[in-house]
Amino acid sequence: MSVRSEPLVGAVRPARRAATLGAWLDRQSVFSWLMMAPPLLFLAALVGYPFCYGILLSLQDRPVAHPGTFVGLKNFATNFNDPIFWRVAFNTFVYTAVATLLKMVGGLALALAMNQQFPLKNLVRALLLLPFIVPTVLSTVAWMWILDPAFSVLNWVLVLVGVPKPGPSWLGNPILAMVSIIAINTWRGLPFYGITLLAGLQTVPPELYEAATIDGASGWQRFRYVTLPLLQPIILIVTLFSVIFTFADFQLVYVLTHGGPQNATQLFATYAFDIAMGAGQLGLGASIALTMLPALALLIVALTIYLRRG
Amino acid sequence: MVTGRGPIERVVRLWLPVGFFLVLALFPFYWMAITSFKPNSELYNRHVMPLVLHHPTLKHYIDLLTQTSFLTWTWNTMLVAVVSTAISLVLGVMLAYPLARMRFAGAGLIAMTVAAIYLVPQPLLFIPLADLINRLGLGNTLTAVILTYPTMLVPFSAWLLLGYFKTVPMELEEAARIDGASRLQTMRRIFLPLCTPGFISAGIFAFTLSQNEFLYALIFLTKTSVRTVPVGVIAELIRGDVFYWGQLMAGALLGSIPVAIIYSFFVEHYVAGLTAGSVKG
Repeated sequence: MSVRSEPLVGAVRPARRAATLGAWLDRQSVFSWLMMAPPLLFLAALVGYPFCYGILLSLQDRPVAHPGTFVGLKNFATNFNDPIFWRVAFNTFVYTAVATLLKMVGGLALALAMNQQFPLKNLVRALLLLPFIVPTVLSTVAWMWILDPAFSVLNWVLVLVGVPKPGPSWLGNPILAMVSIIAINTWRGLPFYGITLLAGLQTVPPELYEAATIDGASGWQRFRYVTLPLLQPIILIVTLFSVIFTFADFQLVYVLTHGGPQNATQLFATYAFDIAMGAGQLGLGASIALTMLPALALLIVALTIYLRRG
Repeated sequence: MVTGRGPIERVVRLWLPVGFFLVLALFPFYWMAITSFKPNSELYNRHVMPLVLHHPTLKHYIDLLTQTSFLTWTWNTMLVAVVSTAISLVLGVMLAYPLARMRFAGAGLIAMTVAAIYLVPQPLLFIPLADLINRLGLGNTLTAVILTYPTMLVPFSAWLLLGYFKTVPMELEEAARIDGASRLQTMRRIFLPLCTPGFISAGIFAFTLSQNEFLYALIFLTKTSVRTVPVGVIAELIRGDVFYWGQLMAGALLGSIPVAIIYSFFVEHYVAGLTAGSVKG
């Protein structure tokens, strides 16, 4: 409006320049990169840079509050000759494998049970998700009290049904401590599995079940040959998610056992924390954390490609 | 589905498994709640049946609120969660909108990178980040966590919003463009107001993740005055080998309530967001 009321001659050149700038800004590529620049710079500064710096740290002898000295692969060699490191690798593998398997089987059972019509279904679904949404540290504290050496309610029940007093020492015995962290990780992650698979189940067209029933398929056969193949992509995605975050788990173990007793529940993340923050060896700690990288990178690339294709 | 089921079959196939999962999921919260109301004389007495409450008391709550910095921790947690959620939504939109709507060279690569960053777990980054935060002089400030939480939340929000944006029809934006609106105007005035459900989903997730975060808060916040609830509870209610179980449970319960309330209001959005990543429409 204001342009028109001005004398025409003077207005033309700035207007055209503004128009060309506007047109330039409106090009898809220019607009996109300008828009994405702040978040990309942010991620480069606080993810990209620390990531590269972490690799550099792992090649240094770097006590906290001292300058580092380059030592090549010495930290990785130290780890290679450290029996605790191998124990940690074994623990992490067992923890990830068993917890993921339990979550997968339990989650599938939960989804199948929930995939029926019943009153208050939405309320039940909301309640079942609680373990997944409540801050892990806080629910783990509740578990710690449930498994308390002196006043465990679980042992109180076990003694009632005939287990000799005082009942098992859940967090004091190396094997039981591993059983406990696996059970609690499963407790927390299972609803995520179950509710996601439930959403998948609800996309299966009912005609397929009807057709299979007409062809004489039993309940098991309908599950095995109709449900399972259709759920397979979702199961794969959820499993990859779960493996990545179980493999790198920290909070649950840190709170419940601190990696003990005698490193029986020490995982890569908690061990790296102990070495870097407890013992102040930032370089060695970084090298332990980085040991997770090859496996994680493989999983992340697989999942990224899979999500993209979908 | 299959018809003609008897009531017994319904109990076996439905109520037994659903009941089992419900008891399993909820027992720890029940236990948390009744423990927090038990007097110490009852808590540490093995001759009292532990599963029910005999003499309820508010002593643990009063002690928690008057003798510890629990209220400060709650305030810190809320502040950090709100600010980092806001930052993450804004930066997430700035990433997701071009990726969802524009054609430009490198879009595929950026989308892949964002997804990959979202999947990088914190334990891979915490040691170099700790050093970086120290060198920036941000140790023991809430800024340290407000800056680092979005490293997980931005890729996550971007990824969730990207999926949501793609489901919004393009006609309105095209009409606005024909009417001469710039791309920025189209995005801000026409497109973003249509996406409220997507923002609620991403916002709840980001808020829940911020409340849940522990590792960065544990490393960066070592003074009582700046701690968040999870770190405060672990670091200050467990003193050496002494566990203040009543206060611990009261703290765990109170710390869970904000998340639970928000979750209960937006549970459908939450479930939608949860399944959006893995289930196609």
